[in-house]
Amino acid sequence: MSISIKDVEHVANLARLELSDADKEQFAGQLNAILKYAEKLNELHTDEIEPTSHVLPIVNVMRDDAVKPSLTAEKALLNAPEEEDGQFKVPAVLE
Amino acid sequence: MSLFDLRLSELHNRLTTKQLSVAELVDASLSRIAETDVKIGAFLTLNEENARKAASELDAELASGGEKGLLFGIPAGIKDNIVTEGLRTTCGSKFLENYDPIYDATVMKKLRAAQSITVGKLNMDEFAMGGSNENSAYHPVRNPWALDRVPGGSSGGSAAAVAARQAYFTLGSDTGGSIRQPAAYCGVVGLKPTYGLVSRFGLVAFASSLDQIGPITKNVEDSAYVLQAIAGHDERDSTSANVDIPDYLSALTGDVKGLKIGVPREYMGKGIDPQVKERVLEALKVFESMGAHWEEISLPHTDYAVATYYLLASSEASSNLARFDGVRYGVRASNPDNLLDMYRRSRSEGFGPEVKRRIMLGTYALSSGYYDAYYKKAQQVRTLIKRDFDQAFEKYDLIIGPTAPTPAFKIGEQVGDPLTMYLNDICTIPVSLAGVPAISIPCGTADGLPVGLQIIGKHFDEATVLRAAHAFESQTGFHNLRPALS
Repeated sequence: MSISIKDVEHVANLARLELSDADKEQFAGQLNAILKYAEKLNELHTDEIEPTSHVLPIVNVMRDDAVKPSLTAEKALLNAPEEEDGQFKVPAVLE
Repeated sequence: MSLFDLRLSELHNRLTTKQLSVAELVDASLSRIAETDVKIGAFLTLNEENARKAASELDAELASGGEKGLLFGIPAGIKDNIVTEGLRTTCGSKFLENYDPIYDATVMKKLRAAQSITVGKLNMDEFAMGGSNENSAYHPVRNPWALDRVPGGSSGGSAAAVAARQAYFTLGSDTGGSIRQPAAYCGVVGLKPTYGLVSRFGLVAFASSLDQIGPITKNVEDSAYVLQAIAGHDERDSTSANVDIPDYLSALTGDVKGLKIGVPREYMGKGIDPQVKERVLEALKVFESMGAHWEEISLPHTDYAVATYYLLASSEASSNLARFDGVRYGVRASNPDNLLDMYRRSRSEGFGPEVKRRIMLGTYALSSGYYDAYYKKAQQVRTLIKRDFDQAFEKYDLIIGPTAPTPAFKIGEQVGDPLTMYLNDICTIPVSLAGVPAISIPCGTADGLPVGLQIIGKHFDEATVLRAAHAFESQTGFHNLRPALS
């Protein structure tokens, strides 16, 4: 399997990244090298093996559904690049 | 003897008996930073004014008596991916150049409860991605042992600051070796605790199933001291483990008689520098002389760990870093055409090349049609790697090997070749995938550069890891070697 410039463009779109043509060339080469190296995992037969997503035997940690103090809107907006009327402001989503 | 030669317990004693003031100690740290950091570049942000203010408050508190915190008045440096309320936190990235956190990480609350003083935030590879600190968006960190060499990474600033005696201890974070490898390169002690022992709340996430915060110190006793202060369950991190925290200091008995040590042949074979191997074999002789036993073992899936790690860590990173969208914090590209254009340009302007590379790799591995072949496959191999450790620990108390295959390399030497750079982590990555604890301690030098010995333990058995590490350093004194940096 080999990654083409078109694949790089597709993945960059999924990842919300804008790449220059030089970046695309470089990433295609480097990703191909890394994925080729990763192909060695196929030497191992793993059909019967459970995947590990997490090493500790912890599942579904629950807590009481209790109301507690949380961040104020004012504090939450402290790092906002742009705000208006106590809300984060972004460019129009719909025309 | 300078203040920097004292152990934390000795400093604690001097401070609480008023032989030394907190203001003097903090001043020594800040002066040392002012003197040496032009050469080293370990700090990204200094907390000078607040640190001095906190010092005079603690000195005033001494007059009133009462119980003092474990780290009372001790100046610490904090890796810049741990959020500190009111103190800029950049993650080594331009994306967060002006990010002013609105809350403290749980470890910061714990350090405050222990009455430590934060002197500044430490340089790192951007978003903890890298093993040389060359991926910092600000400036590289230089190794105090040889200024033309890397300090390791990603906690390069945290390790260099301790080696250069700028702070009395630092916190780092370790995802695939990012505490242990820089500790090895800089000749200091770096501990990666068991996954889940220390809360990750407020640690900017890279790969959530692997990330863990830990101390970097001058010696093992100090490491136990700091771990005591930061370990423990946190309801704000649902992956933090609800286990009893032992008294780590009382574990440092100096006695390793009868300990059974396994030495993986895969950690001592090809790719390992002959001098590094020699230092490890000498260290094993020291353990033998103290009554421990060692024999060669096999962790047969070691060779698959680096590939497994880069697929899993990059996949998790691509998901975690989706939050950096320019909406709530961080950089926002100017005059975007629309929302999508704003996301794309903000991320492209804010992230450096290694971060983009890993986001691309992770996004690809998780994308439709490739998920089973890459992500799921890697999770299955992770199970095999974890089983290697489970089986070894049925028979052995500890696993010992080198921390890194070579001593610190030269700045610029591996920049163009990500895969070679990734292979520096061959001895630390399997440990991260298994989630077990490990420490890197100095075990001598190779051509004048420090070599790290890695001691790996069972889940939540930091006590035995620290006991063995402490016995070794007491016997050898390698931790007393220091760079000539004046």
